[in-house]
Amino acid sequence: MRFDPLGDRAVMITLGDAIDEATHRRVRSAVARLDARAPRGVTDIVPAFASIAVHYEPAAVGGDNPYDTIVGMLEAVLGSETNLAPPPPRVVEIPVCYGGDLGPDLDEVAAVHHLSADDVVRLHTKGDYLVYMVGFMPGFAYLGGLEARIATPRRRSPRTAVPAGSVGIGGQQTGVYPSASPGGWNLIGRTPVALFDVTRPEPSLLATGDRVRFRRISRADFDAWAR
Amino acid sequence: MSVRIAGAGLQTTVQDLGRVGHQREAVPAGGAMDRLACRAANLLVGNDDDAAVLEASLVGPSIEFLDDTLCAIGGGDLEAVIDDTPIPLWHPVFVPRGARLRFGQAVRGCRAYIALAGGVDIAPVFGSRSTYLRGGFGGFEGRALRSGDVVATCAPSPLSLAIAAALRGRTPTVAPTPPAVPRVARWSLGATLRPRYAADVVARVVEGAHARYLSEAAREQFFGERFRLSSSSDRMGYRLEGPAVSLDKSVELLSEGVAFGTIQLPPGGAPIILMADRQTTGGYPRLGEVASVDLPLIAQLRPGDTVRFRPITVGDAQRLYLAEQAELSQMRAGIALRFSHGRTA
Repeated sequence: MRFDPLGDRAVMITLGDAIDEATHRRVRSAVARLDARAPRGVTDIVPAFASIAVHYEPAAVGGDNPYDTIVGMLEAVLGSETNLAPPPPRVVEIPVCYGGDLGPDLDEVAAVHHLSADDVVRLHTKGDYLVYMVGFMPGFAYLGGLEARIATPRRRSPRTAVPAGSVGIGGQQTGVYPSASPGGWNLIGRTPVALFDVTRPEPSLLATGDRVRFRRISRADFDAWAR
Repeated sequence: MSVRIAGAGLQTTVQDLGRVGHQREAVPAGGAMDRLACRAANLLVGNDDDAAVLEASLVGPSIEFLDDTLCAIGGGDLEAVIDDTPIPLWHPVFVPRGARLRFGQAVRGCRAYIALAGGVDIAPVFGSRSTYLRGGFGGFEGRALRSGDVVATCAPSPLSLAIAAALRGRTPTVAPTPPAVPRVARWSLGATLRPRYAADVVARVVEGAHARYLSEAAREQFFGERFRLSSSSDRMGYRLEGPAVSLDKSVELLSEGVAFGTIQLPPGGAPIILMADRQTTGGYPRLGEVASVDLPLIAQLRPGDTVRFRPITVGDAQRLYLAEQAELSQMRAGIALRFSHGRTA
């Protein structure tokens, strides 16, 4: 565990240097402890693949050297043992209508791997995905666990507008665009569920540590849901 | 009380000190670009620090006051004028109903903060009234203000009322009607609290976890050269032009948290300073973070303006920050004391 300043109002806690489930468990267990016993002055806790950024208000931390003080308090909360079991993950199911105009790249992805479109959907819905972190844009989850047989390089030229809810594959990653944005991933389907909704108390559907399953729905179901 | 936007300006938005506690859902902190100006303008009208203000950029709006209002303008000098009276920065001003605030040229800095007594009354989103333009939420319908919008304020604090009453009372003739011209207070923000905005600034940088990826030569270059603010800069990030800064060898980094003032180094070698509407995480190497006390200078840079960077330790950066906080608190206490006596019921 390493502490470094992230400017004068945040500290970076580094817990590893790889994207793997062991590192992820350390991050989650540390976040759980920080949530339970946040040192005074902490304003935001931002977990990532192998680190946690802790934002704080120096004046609220107190002392002449708030950085040293907060690092001391964080060390006390996290202790030397960081391998305590993290809280059990939530399982979130995301309904997806695959192919057609909602997933315009499905056939191309299938062709790249000499699979049928149905095979791609079957492999994609079979996966057990892990939310390593939420970042990049509100509600965007970085998912691990994509079946290697359908990993597909990003499109050579990104689309200028990808609709919200689009489900894509980009390299080893799969995920859902929470809001309309430019994007280079291969779009294989779309979910009618809002990944990010400002009117919800927890606006992001997905949180770090969640397990995600995709479930195939028909176009009729999609349309009914979207209404 | 309320004001009507008669002309929108280039980009006028409602901002406060931003969102706290939602960065883990990738909700940007957002808030005023120049936090000091936002806080100081609020302080001058008797508001809490985090009351919502109007942030005007480069070309200011035209604002019609629909009621008698206490206001203060801080930040960059955009040549504020109420009716025919030039309005100095950092002073409380009593504005009579029907008066109109306009702006001229951006003569120093580029963002003006207009604090209204009571603060802008808009439903907070995730605990903040700040406008997040990219996400289309917060502030006034999630967008920049347009001509015709009417912006209401919350009820003024007793302190705001006392400051306003003192200004209103300072009319040459004690008339039953309110003064028809704006009244500018004789007192103002302490001189040492006013940032020294300029077109060429020095920003101090706290180096962090990635400093070790920078060779001594590259570090010398980063701290030795002048960088120019590119025109493709916005509330999210300031792109810099200048000599390309290169890492010793290319490094593969994992995305992780970033902060207000993080200086990212994308592969092209042109640094980007992450500003108020920055994303919550980033995957580029970080050269360091601009010290909080110097962020207002960065926030007020205009395209073409220049910046040089100097290293500072986190301890020194925090001492400067705490000193600034103490000075703001003293100013606040002084104002409260000044208006705690002789207040009429």
